[in-house]
Amino acid sequence: MNILRGRFLLSKKVGANDTPLQALPWLGTALFLIVGFVLWPTVELFLMSFRRVDISGLLKGWAGLDNYRSLFDNSDIKGTLFRTAIWLVVVVAATMAISLPLAQLLNAKFIGQKFLRYSVIVPWAASLVITSTSWKWILNGYYGVFNLVLQDLHIIKEPVDLLSDPKTGFMVLLVVGIAVSLPFTTYVLLAGLQSIPHDIMEAARVDGAGPWKGYWAIVFPLLRPAFLVAAVINSVYVFNSFPIIWVMTQGGPGYETDTTTTFAYKVAFRDQDIGQSASLAVGNFMVIFVLIMIFLKLSKWRDLDKK
Amino acid sequence: MNPKAKHKLQKRSKGFVLSITGLLVSFLFLFPYLSMFSTAMKPNSSNTEIPPTYLPKAWEFGNFIKVFQELPFGMYIRSTVIISLCTMILGLIASLPAGYYIARNKFRGRTAFLLLVLVTQMFSPTTLLIGIYREMSVLHLINSYLGLILINASFNMAFSVWILSSFFQSIPVEIEEAASIDGASRFQTFTKISLPLALPGIVTTAIFTFIAAWNEFVVAYTLASSPSKQPFSVGLSLLTGLYEVKWNYLFAGSLIAIIPVVILFISIEKYLVSGLTAGSVK
Repeated sequence: MNILRGRFLLSKKVGANDTPLQALPWLGTALFLIVGFVLWPTVELFLMSFRRVDISGLLKGWAGLDNYRSLFDNSDIKGTLFRTAIWLVVVVAATMAISLPLAQLLNAKFIGQKFLRYSVIVPWAASLVITSTSWKWILNGYYGVFNLVLQDLHIIKEPVDLLSDPKTGFMVLLVVGIAVSLPFTTYVLLAGLQSIPHDIMEAARVDGAGPWKGYWAIVFPLLRPAFLVAAVINSVYVFNSFPIIWVMTQGGPGYETDTTTTFAYKVAFRDQDIGQSASLAVGNFMVIFVLIMIFLKLSKWRDLDKK
Repeated sequence: MNPKAKHKLQKRSKGFVLSITGLLVSFLFLFPYLSMFSTAMKPNSSNTEIPPTYLPKAWEFGNFIKVFQELPFGMYIRSTVIISLCTMILGLIASLPAGYYIARNKFRGRTAFLLLVLVTQMFSPTTLLIGIYREMSVLHLINSYLGLILINASFNMAFSVWILSSFFQSIPVEIEEAASIDGASRFQTFTKISLPLALPGIVTTAIFTFIAAWNEFVVAYTLASSPSKQPFSVGLSLLTGLYEVKWNYLFAGSLIAIIPVVILFISIEKYLVSGLTAGSVK
């Protein structure tokens, strides 16, 4: 009897086809959460962008494309879109460019390598709100240590308040954005480096062409899949980034350091225009969706599917 | 000098240069936290002195205790712990069977399920905030722990399912087959054989979900309106907006909130990349 049951179970293992109903007890809870609390808000968001919502949040019927029209008429949207493009391109490009040598350093053998690896992880693990608060305090125009350093190095005579000016403020945001993005991309590249066989790395080093040429000719091509995946996922993170900007400038002064992410928040919860904000959020979602499609193309999820 | 000794010297000096570079880079990455530590150690008055100083003149270790009296820090930590622990438990309850099942079985709809998991991994609560707010008001879950727990667990489902199924896949099927021949049911095989073997994966998932909920900001910032429901990330951000900010206590509290999480994060470092890239790198 036991043997029979065993056989019956064996046939249920890999290779056999369960019906969706048999799969449900195992997948049900996960499916419930994903559909109920990830997909439902997505649908609500799309619907909201076509709804008329009054200032207290009550629904007043359908608005057609009015919310989208009012978004295009918003005088601050142009600058915000421009800054978002800069934010995305500069932060991702700089992060990737710095991650390459940094991953190489993390992969080298030297005393203190473990300490370096752990130090690089800290901004990834720590709350972004706290890290950004610390940067804000460091850059404080009166009490910040940043001014102290510059004054001691005789670079400036009087303290400067970088965050109060939209131009320098936005540049500071870019730098902090890069600093907190580095851990993830560096660790992905490190994983990529570690998967390259040792003798290939060795060959690249001793190759007559020299280490620099050897790197670009041999190592980097092998690293390219990891590089692309890191860049795409990082783009999603950077595009969605909210706490850094919110904590350091709240997108201000005015709307002058906003990206579409913080701008959408302000339009919804400060200006109380939920409909208009929803239409911008739909736009943001579309950008993310394109990035997801690129990721699916790059990732090897079909390998898992075949197993 | 013979060539061999010269080679050795070169190697040693290269190691030295790398170590120095490594130390400098470490310092850059740790700088905001070291600076926080220095501020946390100062007496309250000296944080608004002009010019500021790099290090405290007097080191006030007591600030790490006083923060619990000076700021509503204990209350924030309590909420954060409740939200994070419940998120972790709910996350495991949902992702363990799912991760196991997709690692071991073929079923109609498998491709669709995998695609759903992969696509939603990239969805961010920040973009969907208005939808989340709307759903939570329909469900009367605004300003509740439950609302935050459900959202946190759901948005981390993809990572959890993915990492767990890759762990279950690495367990040889033969071990389970032996158990089922011995008469164990499908559920018994899962709980008695596979779960213990996948323990590192389960710990990784638990810690990752816990940390994600611990650090979550934007949803709690939007939904948790009463101070007693706010996690520390929200509480802290609101405290910095006050007229008089007690920076030393604020940063002492921040460090208390950061340090355990950093240690936990380092402990699962090995598996992070494969989970976050859905196995496309490692």
